Amino acid sequence: ANMKVVLILSALLGASLCLETFVGHQVLRVKTKNEEQVKQLQLLESLEHLQLDFWIKPSAPALPVDVRIPADNVQSVKAFLESRGIEYSILIEDLQDVLDQERQEMAKAAQRARSSGFDFGTYHTLDDIYAELDHLASEYSFVEKIQIGQSYEKRPMYVLKFSTGGSARPAIWLNAGIHSREWVTQASALWMANKIASGYGTDSFITSLLDRMDLFLLPVANPDGFVYTHTSNRMWRKTRSKIPGSVCYGVDPNRNWDAGFGGPGASKNPCSDSYHGPSANSEVEVRSVVDFIKSHGNFKAFLTLHSYSQLLMYPYGYKCTRPADYVELESLGRAAANAIKSLYGTTFQVGPICTTI
Amino acid sequence: DIKDVGHKYYLELELEDVQDKDSTVNCTAEVLYHLGNKNIAPDVQFTLEGEFKSTEEADHMFYTRIRSLEKELVAENIPDSHGHVPPELEPIRLLAWVASGHVIWQNSTENTQLQLAQIKHVKQVKRSDEYLQFDYLVLLHDMVSQEIIPWEMTVLWHPRDGVQVTRDSRQPRH
Repeated sequence: ANMKVVLILSALLGASLCLETFVGHQVLRVKTKNEEQVKQLQLLESLEHLQLDFWIKPSAPALPVDVRIPADNVQSVKAFLESRGIEYSILIEDLQDVLDQERQEMAKAAQRARSSGFDFGTYHTLDDIYAELDHLASEYSFVEKIQIGQSYEKRPMYVLKFSTGGSARPAIWLNAGIHSREWVTQASALWMANKIASGYGTDSFITSLLDRMDLFLLPVANPDGFVYTHTSNRMWRKTRSKIPGSVCYGVDPNRNWDAGFGGPGASKNPCSDSYHGPSANSEVEVRSVVDFIKSHGNFKAFLTLHSYSQLLMYPYGYKCTRPADYVELESLGRAAANAIKSLYGTTFQVGPICTTI
Repeated sequence: DIKDVGHKYYLELELEDVQDKDSTVNCTAEVLYHLGNKNIAPDVQFTLEGEFKSTEEADHMFYTRIRSLEKELVAENIPDSHGHVPPELEPIRLLAWVASGHVIWQNSTENTQLQLAQIKHVKQVKRSDEYLQFDYLVLLHDMVSQEIIPWEMTVLWHPRDGVQVTRDSRQPRH
């Protein structure tokens, strides 16, 4: 009696969860010879209790008719066809077998895609990085790829948005590769994207962060420069914009911000690797970021990655006065440096940009 | 701050053998940066409190290997774009690193920060005497201006005598 209850319950449960199975269902291909036979099939079609599922409906004698027949009715339908001399062949012996095999193949393919996937521990080209952004966005429902603009040479600027809900939640911006030769930063950004995406739901820190805030990650802030480091000059740092009146190319995008523009640490010489550019936000790569952040209106933090050195720094760079949030920034910096050190002993020096670098 | 002379720094350093991280030796040093005349290298006095392990065997192997090459050694981009150095070129890289240290010292002030970024090109020059000679074109990175400065240097080496930079010359950016 218990067994029966269990069976009935599971059947009901199965139905409510839409767990249809096609065990024993057969798919027949029927070859009609004349109009009369077509009419016979149309008669069969009208018998609802048979639950026939016509994949190709009977219409004209010359055309084949494909029909799926539930297990219980396979014999009676075959008998019907045979008694009227209607030819048929078995397309699919057992539909469930085919579905099972298909599911296995799809699982294997997904497994293959995941394991022979992107090596986050090595350097990649821009194209490969961009392909992986698509992959991450497709693999995780809370990850979305957004284009925030185009570079000088018309390459798209892609940002990964991590958002588990809400509407314009307070956000963090993570910037990488603004200086194209600093290859470890673009690579690190992708590593972080993967770590954060795969950690949501299992890692308590990542989960609580993304449950409250959004993260915007720009892995290649200077795509033209990055391509140039692959094709021409590994040491290229700036953008690749043409400077009016100069034989030299490019602006240091990290001197192009509208904060202390043209001040100490930047050069007015177009040929310099720290050339600030003709005016603040003159570089489209910089302007795209500025416009996005300003129009969003709810950013709480901006982090940017550089190499080399091990420095964890906060404002200001262009002046040596303490920022309003100095105490919080210093203590946050210390906590972060301690966390980094706890892993492999790596030491980061903490302090304001002005005195640290 | 030494009036009319310059700025003196007293340093306590721990030197670490790059090929054997556990091997360290303490060092005390005095560095004097001269006032005004920027063309004088800072004075350096130092005392090592101990010794590093002998590298006689490895030195001899490298020396013999290079001396017996039929064609002069030529190489470029060390490390490569991905940071890799072929194992047999590691001594060439270390030699450049030491030699560039000398060049950097000769061109340093309190306000400079120079590092060897990459060996762009190296060519061995066979000599009739016992020294190994390598002509390098290295790239030095200037942290302050962020410039990459090409620099030529001629380096002599012998297991007995160590490293000498006999010629060095800053190159214009191409």
